[in-house]
Amino acid sequence: MSATAAAHADHGVAGIASHQGPAPKRIVTGYGFWIFLLSDFVIFSCLFATWGVLVHSTADGPTTHDLFDLNTVAIETAALLLSSYACGLAGIAAQRRRAAAFQICMLVTAALGALFLGLELNEFWDLVAKGDGPQRSAFLSAFFTLVGCHGLHVSLGLLWLFTMMAQAFAKGFRADILRRLMCFSLFWHALDIIWVGIFTAVYLYGVYL
Amino acid sequence: MSQAAERAETAPGDESGHGEEGAGGVLAYSVGLGLAALLTVVSFTLPALHLVWAPSLPIALAVLAIAQMGVHLVFFLHLTSGPDNVNNVLALAFGVLIVFLVIAGSLWIMYEMNMNMMGHGAMRM
Repeated sequence: MSATAAAHADHGVAGIASHQGPAPKRIVTGYGFWIFLLSDFVIFSCLFATWGVLVHSTADGPTTHDLFDLNTVAIETAALLLSSYACGLAGIAAQRRRAAAFQICMLVTAALGALFLGLELNEFWDLVAKGDGPQRSAFLSAFFTLVGCHGLHVSLGLLWLFTMMAQAFAKGFRADILRRLMCFSLFWHALDIIWVGIFTAVYLYGVYL
Repeated sequence: MSQAAERAETAPGDESGHGEEGAGGVLAYSVGLGLAALLTVVSFTLPALHLVWAPSLPIALAVLAIAQMGVHLVFFLHLTSGPDNVNNVLALAFGVLIVFLVIAGSLWIMYEMNMNMMGHGAMRM
């Protein structure tokens, strides 16, 4: 395995060779995934721009001042932040080859992520049940698109998280598994960065401005 | 892995270029968690307690949010200013440029358009 990995590192990525020789595959993989995350940020920037343009287009329906519960948002924020922290600890446990600690940290990450997702779905459900679904006004369409897109990312992240737990359990901490873990960890932390933008631009601005 | 992995290069999200890292790993995450939690708490309590002049609130909240994003990038995604991180930081700079253009440009254009439409009886979009 290490022989093939070294062969990849030596020949597969010759295009980015520096005076030290080609970069290791871990670097190239991380860089590529980082570019993907940045493109994800650009997608979210479009959704944030849509939100900013449409936030006052309420069609005589409810406004941002009527709908949001900041207590729920605070709990969601805490859950996602702690989840990010647990994910970081899981990465450290993986680097130290501590399988049990890794699985426990990943479970904590998943539980907090699921708590976040449950609260968000509950909020969505309440809004739709009150007749304030995405079809009510342009403002609510923008809200559901932006926050829902983030929620979709968290859902896919959870799926990826369980996949990584299974892969680490079945295949051990091989070099390729560790690279995937690094990408997952990047993805999960990036979701938290997006959420910082959402709780500020959507919820805090919406309630107080 | 091979000796190639032992060079001091880091991918984004990496703790360091080496497979082993000391207790600094946990410490870095804990410092990041503390800073991020502090900034979050300030974000949520600042407007509720009326501690700042009300018209400055949007700027204050934006600054707090951007600061927290910075904390996440440095302590969780391990982006540094070191020579091994130049590619990652340059890519980030390009991403930030696009994000800024899309958000600020859209808001600016739509605001100007709404202003110009006012004369025809339309209030807001």
